[in-house]
Amino acid sequence: MLRLIVQRLLLLIPLLLGLSVLLFGWVRALPGGPVQAMLGERYTPEAAAEIEAQLGLDQPLIVQYGKYLLRLLQGDFGVSLQSGRPVLEEFFTRFPATIELTVVALVFAIGIGIPLGYVAARRAGSVVDHSAVVVSLIGVTVPVFFLAFILKYLFAVELGWFPTTGRQSATMIATHPTNFYVLDGLLTAEWDAAWDALVHLILPGIALGSIPLAIVARMTRAAVSEVQNADYVRTARAKGIKASRLRGQHILKNAMLPVVTTIGLQVGLLLSGAVLTETVFAFSGIGSFLADSVFNADYPVMQGFVLMIAVVYALVNLLVDVSYGLIDPRLRRQQ
Amino acid sequence: MSANELPVTDGEAAAPLHASIHGDGPAGADHGGEGVWARAWRTLRRNPVAIIGFVIVAVFVLVAVLAPLLAPYGGTELPGRADVRPTLIPGPSAEYPLGLDRYGGDVLSKLIWGAQASLLVGVLSTLFGLTGGLLLGLLAGWFGKWVDFAVMRLVDLMLSVPSLLLAVSIAAIVGQSSMAVIIAIGVVQVPIFARLLRGSMLAQKGQDYVLAASALGLTRRSVTMSHVLPNSVGPVIVQATLSLATAVIEAAALSFLGLGGGEPSTAEWGRMLTAAQQELAVAPRLAILPGICIAVTALGFTLVGESLREALDPRNRTRR
Repeated sequence: MLRLIVQRLLLLIPLLLGLSVLLFGWVRALPGGPVQAMLGERYTPEAAAEIEAQLGLDQPLIVQYGKYLLRLLQGDFGVSLQSGRPVLEEFFTRFPATIELTVVALVFAIGIGIPLGYVAARRAGSVVDHSAVVVSLIGVTVPVFFLAFILKYLFAVELGWFPTTGRQSATMIATHPTNFYVLDGLLTAEWDAAWDALVHLILPGIALGSIPLAIVARMTRAAVSEVQNADYVRTARAKGIKASRLRGQHILKNAMLPVVTTIGLQVGLLLSGAVLTETVFAFSGIGSFLADSVFNADYPVMQGFVLMIAVVYALVNLLVDVSYGLIDPRLRRQQ
Repeated sequence: MSANELPVTDGEAAAPLHASIHGDGPAGADHGGEGVWARAWRTLRRNPVAIIGFVIVAVFVLVAVLAPLLAPYGGTELPGRADVRPTLIPGPSAEYPLGLDRYGGDVLSKLIWGAQASLLVGVLSTLFGLTGGLLLGLLAGWFGKWVDFAVMRLVDLMLSVPSLLLAVSIAAIVGQSSMAVIIAIGVVQVPIFARLLRGSMLAQKGQDYVLAASALGLTRRSVTMSHVLPNSVGPVIVQATLSLATAVIEAAALSFLGLGGGEPSTAEWGRMLTAAQQELAVAPRLAILPGICIAVTALGFTLVGESLREALDPRNRTRR
């Protein structure tokens, strides 16, 4: 197991090197070149000269790349043009918000997707089965930001059940030791603040969760239909095993293997793909900041965030692979 | 389809040779005298889901192509500009069946022209992705060894960045225009098609009929071009259909992020949806109508793609 982890971590190195080359090239391909991209509207000849010296633009490309890589390794991802703060700092202040949103989206997707997919497979052709198909089609075909609009319009604007935007009400006075607002409220015993933050997460969570919901429901349905016809399930039933045990131990447990992988892959995509949902709900996570940086041509942020998101994505996939080895005894024995 | 029929006849010619070795039919050939595509078509015709998909796609394509005839007003015309006030956006009327938007454009006309814009983005970006993927996939599949390795690592790299971010990064380089959107979405499709093509070409390479063709003295080039490639085409067509759905959605997303370029009043579903954000409480129809158009179009292509995948899946063949 340890060997697998080390192996996969080592494989990350070439991936990150490759990405850094692409991003290095990307900045140079931007309209106006790297200096314009780094300075934006704050372009002055003096500032340009400073950046040029810092980037070593008069030196060969390979030296420039080396310097860029060295800065990355030191955690220097440049400075945001919008806020003037270091890119990495911006990333880590906002990341907790996106993690919270991802958790809510996943709870929604798994909490509905697995039971829905299970019942759909067990009662093929029933109303539940048809509704599972509809749910999985909605997740794939309705643009996530359109769904976010509709949810916002119906439940926030028209019905007023939920807040329209943000992470917490502006009137809420709360302290934030960790930047996970719900957790902060619980830690500091500011219950109303925790509740307020949670309520703010519901609508964006549902919108963001719609895609994994579709995929989880579909995967669960497929896996359960396959497992329930397996020989060992028939044997277990013939032995007269209790229905609840057959469901839990024989069908669900075995059907969950591919579903877990799917969920893991979705986590990576959710952490990164919240750009649209966060923007609709003006939810200040990494996604909405990235969208702002696109609007404002804040290239250092785009460059740094893309790299960080790729790292997170790769790490999550690594965790998925490792956990897959843990839950599937067949894979455990092979190692 | 004629290109796809080729391996079937060739495969049959080769069949006796290897049948004596393995007693097993070549993948591309068919013993019932019916081609893979004819069989798929027969399955599709009886599948109500596929028919719904085909109808949606047909209506969408017809509306897009016939937009100049169908739309009461031009795509850039603002016929009701005088009737729109900041506080009042007129709803449906006899003159404007779906009402006006805040620029004074006729919503019905803009939706019709929007179909054309979506079809254009979808087809061009998919073609772009397909061509790029085909070139990379062929390159990898043909040369193998280190070329294969290099190409596939590039593909891995592109896939390690979530697709929307990749599209956004590319649009940042290309600039803000509808062409940039097409290129951005197209580039995102390249690694998907490349991996798919290479995978299915590798799977074909191990097949007996390929061995037979090489044994008959065919050159590597003609084996690749006239046997392996046409037989790898099924999954690619499925993916292309599905990517038309993705393209319509992603184009809307890029517009939403402000990367579409041009006037904000452009007749494009994603742009209309984005512009409607401000009037969500006053005139929700402005968001709902283009949203439904995007979703239904994506649904049509998804249904066609999925049923095509099912119809072409050899595992579903034996069940009948």
